[in-house]
Amino acid sequence: MKEINELILEDGFLYSTQHEWVNSEAESVRIGITDYAQDQLGEIVFVELPEVGATFAKEDEFGTVESVKAVSELYMPIDGEVAAVNTALEDAPELVNQQPYKDGWIIDVRPSDPSQLKTLLSKDAYLDLLKGTEK
Amino acid sequence: MRYIPHTEEEITSMMEAVGVDSLDELFSDIPESCHRKNELALPEALTEWELDDHIRQLAGSMPASSEYKSFIGAGSYSHFIPAVIPYLLGRSEFSTAYTPYQPEISQGTLHAIYEYQTLVSRLLGMEIANASMYDGATALAEALLMAIRITKKDDVAISMAVHPDYRRVIEAYFRPTGYTIHYLPYGKDGRTMYDTIPEKTEPACVAVQSPNFFGCMEEVAGIAGILNEQKTLLIVSFTEPLAYGLYKTPGELGADIACGEGQSLGIPRSYGGPGLGLFSSKEKYMRYMPGRIVGQTTDRRSNRGFVLTLSTREQHIRREKATSNICSNQSLCALTACMYMATAGQTGMRELARLNYDKSEYLKEELGNAGFRIPFSSPSFNEFVVEFPEGFEDLHRHLLKKKIFAGLPLEPYYPELKNHCLMCATETNKKEDMDRLVREVK
Repeated sequence: MKEINELILEDGFLYSTQHEWVNSEAESVRIGITDYAQDQLGEIVFVELPEVGATFAKEDEFGTVESVKAVSELYMPIDGEVAAVNTALEDAPELVNQQPYKDGWIIDVRPSDPSQLKTLLSKDAYLDLLKGTEK
Repeated sequence: MRYIPHTEEEITSMMEAVGVDSLDELFSDIPESCHRKNELALPEALTEWELDDHIRQLAGSMPASSEYKSFIGAGSYSHFIPAVIPYLLGRSEFSTAYTPYQPEISQGTLHAIYEYQTLVSRLLGMEIANASMYDGATALAEALLMAIRITKKDDVAISMAVHPDYRRVIEAYFRPTGYTIHYLPYGKDGRTMYDTIPEKTEPACVAVQSPNFFGCMEEVAGIAGILNEQKTLLIVSFTEPLAYGLYKTPGELGADIACGEGQSLGIPRSYGGPGLGLFSSKEKYMRYMPGRIVGQTTDRRSNRGFVLTLSTREQHIRREKATSNICSNQSLCALTACMYMATAGQTGMRELARLNYDKSEYLKEELGNAGFRIPFSSPSFNEFVVEFPEGFEDLHRHLLKKKIFAGLPLEPYYPELKNHCLMCATETNKKEDMDRLVREVK
């Protein structure tokens, strides 16, 4: 397991208290799980993805990540419609471990209320949250 | 594991160890108001030979005894059990009350379950099978819930020709869930009428039984193609898996999930239980499966070994989000079925199935020749429906006195099928007994 100072957290990304990251550079936002989340789960063997076109409210469960030891639910950081899913994970779920912020992304979402992005955590705020978790 | 009650000496020494003077003191946490004041109304203890005699008399008083010529199947079937099976099952390594799953101490049990899963997959023509469920009815109820999990829909369609008791179990499972059940009626040929599937609902699954409760082989292959496009799963259930020794397997017919009762595979009828739930599906749905699954692996010295696998579906890891509340399997019965299938082999299963079919066809033909109507024209395996003239109930009772159990009257289950009777003939029914039955009912 990584120490907090060993975790990689991307600059410019937003984070949720449920350990998802959100990258809102493009029209749709990309969502995945953080380095912390993948590290805690251990070797990921299966990712259950939602259907493209499905709509979810913030904090809805949109999928699951299964590791050799546990299954965790994935929660929506914002309201929105699924624009794309990372089908590469069907055959290579380990991408979530290897590159949680790049090839290990999980879904693209078209936000129904972009202002909700403001409710998410910055990198520093998320890091503070993790430090709190550690205490 | 042996089961020997504690002796007085052992009880005394245990009480000394925990520091109590009497058993009453040990159980002092139980409130006074919950104590039983009077003695249990139990008869005097019997000697072993008296008990043996008593049980024999009880057994003899029921039409299940060997003195009766029975033509009843309806979900529990009379089949020959090779002597090797009770002999092997009696070994104390197997006949423990609890199934130990820890790989460190249970390689034998886990290996046996693994072989069982392989044989079930082959028998049903499916890609994977689990370590078993409690019986056919609960297996089907779990299959419906699995289809709901996969498709994320909340209604199912079930054929009315599924065993009536299975449908009751399903209703019990569904009552607290809020999911909806659509029932599909059977047609004039005794088979499910698929065109009654509610069009707009696109249910999570369509569940049929084949051979169905009337013994008819369902028209499965055609519907499978239509359903896949609609994202509705096909569940094929059964009470008589021996039929697949002769007929196409659920897998060949395109089933997504195949499940049912395995009692026919070497398990005695025992007044209705215990049964064995066979459960199998396509591999792509394995993470939605209920129950335990044993997988093959290697230890650190590269020796072949067996462990429980895909456990993240289960209660001890997923808690309330587990795929099922079953955290066990029907191990001894699964082992029995495994031994039975291995003993018979592929050729044996085919010959046995043929024998069942031939006997049943003979009885069907003779009853037809004797002037009785066979209302359902669909092909059958070892069961079929006969319509008798008015007053059949009296005749049925009369035959029972003559120690002939002339099948199952269907009216209590299907009020529209008055004087209809479900008949079964397996390899254990002799020709002379079938001829006698036909003479007696004429």
